[in-house]
Amino acid sequence: MPTFDETPGPMEWPYPIEWDKTDEIDTDVLVIGGGASGCFAAMGAASRGARVVLWEKAATMTSGAMGSGCDHWEMAATNPCSRVTPEELADAMIRGHRGYNNGISHYIEARESYDRLLDLERYGAKIRDTNDEFKGADFRDDATKFMFAYDYVNRFTLRVWGTTFKRAMYRGAKILKAQVVDRTMGAGLLTEGGRMGARVVGAVAINGRTGKFTVCRAKSVVFCMSRPTRLWLFAPGATGISEFRPPQCTGDGHAMAWRVGGSFTMLEKSLRGEWSGLRSFPPYSTGNNHNTWYACTMIDAEGRQIPWLDRDGRELQTVAERYRPSPGQKFYMKGGGEPDFPFYEFQGPETLPVEEALKRGYKLPFYADLTSMPETERRVIWGMMVGNEGKTRTPVYKAYNDAGFDPARDALQSYGDGWRSGQFLPQERQFFGIPGGMVNDWRLMTNLEGLFAAGDVLFASDCVGHAAATGHYAGRHAADYAASHGPVTLHQPQVDAERARLFEPLQRQKGLSGQALAEAITRVMQNYCGAVKSDDLLHEGLRGLEDLKEESKALVARNPHDLLRAQETLNVLTNAELVIHSCLARKASSHQLQFTRLDYPEMDPPAWHKFVTVWRDEGGVRNGELPIDYYGDLADNYERHNADYIAGARP
Amino acid sequence: MSKVMAVPDQALVDPITIFPDICTGCNLCLHVCPVDLFLPNEEKGGPPLVLWPGECWYEGSCVDICPEPGAIVLNRPPATRVNWKPRSECKPRTDVRK
Repeated sequence: MPTFDETPGPMEWPYPIEWDKTDEIDTDVLVIGGGASGCFAAMGAASRGARVVLWEKAATMTSGAMGSGCDHWEMAATNPCSRVTPEELADAMIRGHRGYNNGISHYIEARESYDRLLDLERYGAKIRDTNDEFKGADFRDDATKFMFAYDYVNRFTLRVWGTTFKRAMYRGAKILKAQVVDRTMGAGLLTEGGRMGARVVGAVAINGRTGKFTVCRAKSVVFCMSRPTRLWLFAPGATGISEFRPPQCTGDGHAMAWRVGGSFTMLEKSLRGEWSGLRSFPPYSTGNNHNTWYACTMIDAEGRQIPWLDRDGRELQTVAERYRPSPGQKFYMKGGGEPDFPFYEFQGPETLPVEEALKRGYKLPFYADLTSMPETERRVIWGMMVGNEGKTRTPVYKAYNDAGFDPARDALQSYGDGWRSGQFLPQERQFFGIPGGMVNDWRLMTNLEGLFAAGDVLFASDCVGHAAATGHYAGRHAADYAASHGPVTLHQPQVDAERARLFEPLQRQKGLSGQALAEAITRVMQNYCGAVKSDDLLHEGLRGLEDLKEESKALVARNPHDLLRAQETLNVLTNAELVIHSCLARKASSHQLQFTRLDYPEMDPPAWHKFVTVWRDEGGVRNGELPIDYYGDLADNYERHNADYIAGARP
Repeated sequence: MSKVMAVPDQALVDPITIFPDICTGCNLCLHVCPVDLFLPNEEKGGPPLVLWPGECWYEGSCVDICPEPGAIVLNRPPATRVNWKPRSECKPRTDVRK
C-alpha cells in the first residue's frame, strides 16, 4: 500500500521564471488545443501550405480526451466494408436527436472520418489486425483486416488500436511542419481594433512552466479546446477526476470566444451526471455491457443471464444476434452518435432494463460475464478494447491483470445500473452526449470572422472520429481563409489589457484558492441552474456568479502552474455565466434538450423547435435563432465547399 | 518579487508511487504528464516529485512511457476499487419468478 512518506514539502520553483518576457510571433493559422481535433487542424491547414502554430496547454504527444487511447472510431461510412452511406448516417444522427444536432459537423464526420484513419495509419498508428490475432472472427473483414464494433452487418464503426493514435497525430503534425508548442495555454483572443464581434486577428498565451507571455498575430485561428466541464461537478482533493473529460479540459475556448462576442447554441442542454470522480467508478472499469464492453453477457448474483432484447422486445437467443440489426431494420446506432433517448428506427439490442430485471427476480449485484462469451468476443473486449481505451489501458486492463483478474474465469461486478456505476442527484449535471457549443457555418467558421472551430468546441459534438474529421476540415478552411486575406494588425491596448487580466492572480501571496472558487461555482449552478429552471432562479444564479466574480479578485497563484489552474477556474466561471444566459434565452421546456422550465412548462412547443443562439456585444447579452435545418442540403453544401478535397487535393 | 515557490497540493488521493531504487530520473513521465503534476528533482538523476497529486486524471501516460519496469505505479483511489470473483461462485439460491 503506497504511503505519503515521500510527499515533498514547499520547494523553490525549478524552471526559469519568464513572466516579465513577451514573445511575439506571426503565423497564417494559429491552432489552439492539441488534442485530436487540434492535431488534425494543424495537419489540415499545413496540407494547404499554410504556416501553422499549434498551442497545447499540456503535452501534445499524450494530451486531450483521447490522448492515452481510444477503442473505436465511429461514423466511418466511407470505409470499403460499410453498408451505409454518409447521408444515411448523418440523417440518423439528426433525426435520432429530433433535429437538435449539428448536421454540418456530423456529415463531415461521416464523409471524412475514414480518411483520417488512413492518415493515422500513414503516420504509424495501427488500424488493422495486421498480426491476424482475430482471423475468422465475425467482426473482422479478412481482406482489409479491419475490425468492426456494434453492428457487424453494416460495419461503419471500427475497432482500433487507439493507444497508438496520439503519437501518430503528433508525428503527423510535425512531419507537415506545424510548429507545436507545448505547456502553453491559449488564454485570450485578439480582435480587429480590440472590438467585440470583430474579425479575430490573433491570441495571447501563457506558459505553465515559465509564465512567459506570448502574443500571436494570425490571419485565422482554429479553436480545438473541447467543452466546458466542472460547472455542476467538482471533486475537492481529487480535482483531476471531477469529470469524464481531462481536468485541463475546462472549456477555455468557450470562455475566450464569449468574452469577444462568439455565438453559441444548445448550451441550455445538460444531463443528470453520469461520471464524476469519487461519486462513480471510472468509465468502463466495472462490469457493464456498453461501448467498450458491448455486447457483454450480464449475469445476476446467482449466475442467471440477464436477457438481451431487440428493439421489439424479442429475446435474443445467441450472442451473434446482439451484433445484428433487428428483423426489418437497416442498421442500428451504438457507441457514439446513438440517440439520447430510444429511437425505434435506429435502436440496437440492449439487456432487460435493471428495474424490470429486479421485478422478475434477478438478484443484485449483477456481473459482466466474459467467461461465457465466444472466445474471440471475450478476447476483443478484455484485450483489444479495454487495452486500448484511454482511461482503461493502465488503470484497468493492466491493474486488474496484475491483480489476477482472469476474463475466462472471473465475473466483474456491476454497480448501480451498471453503465454509469454511480448515482447522481438531479441537480448534479454534466455536458455529455451531444451538448452545446459554438455555432458554425459550412466552413466551420464561427460568427467571428477568421475564427474556426472543431471537435468539442462545436455545438452537438461527440467522440474522436468527429474531432479528427472536423479538425482537419476546419484547418483546411482556416488555411484557405488565411490565404485570401491580407496581413492583420493587433490593437496594443487589448494586448496590454489581456496581459494585466491574466497575470492578476500573481499580485498576492494570500487570498482565495482556486479549489474554493471552483466548488462555489458548482454550488451556484446546482442551486439556480439545476434540474428545474425558471427566469427567477436563473437571474438569482447570475447574481451569485457576479458575487463570485468579485470574490475572484482575491484569487491567488504563486507560480506558473497555479496561474494556469487559476485561469482555468476563471474560465469555468465565465462559462457558467454563458450557460445561464443560454438557459434564459429558451423560453420553453424541451424533452430532447433535457431542459425543464417551471415558468414555461409546456414540453416542446413547435414554435421553439429551433436553435436558440446567444452572444455578447457592447450593449450586453443578445439572443437570436436559427432554423433547425439551417445547414440546408448536406451533400450539396459539402460538395460545394470542398471541391478541391474531393478532387484529391489532400496529401 | 519574492522567491517563487511550489507548494504541494492538499489532495485526498495518492495516485503515483515512484520507486527511487528503480527510477533513473529520466523525467519522461514528467514530459508526457497531461496535467504536469510532477516537478523535476533538484538532485540530478533523482526521481521526479509529485507536487499536485489531486490533479491526476489516472490515464497512465507516465506508466506507459516509463522505460524501467516497476519504477512507477498508478494507484486507484481506494473508493473506486472494484470487485470480481470466479463465475462459478455466482450460484442459484432461489427460483426466478418469470
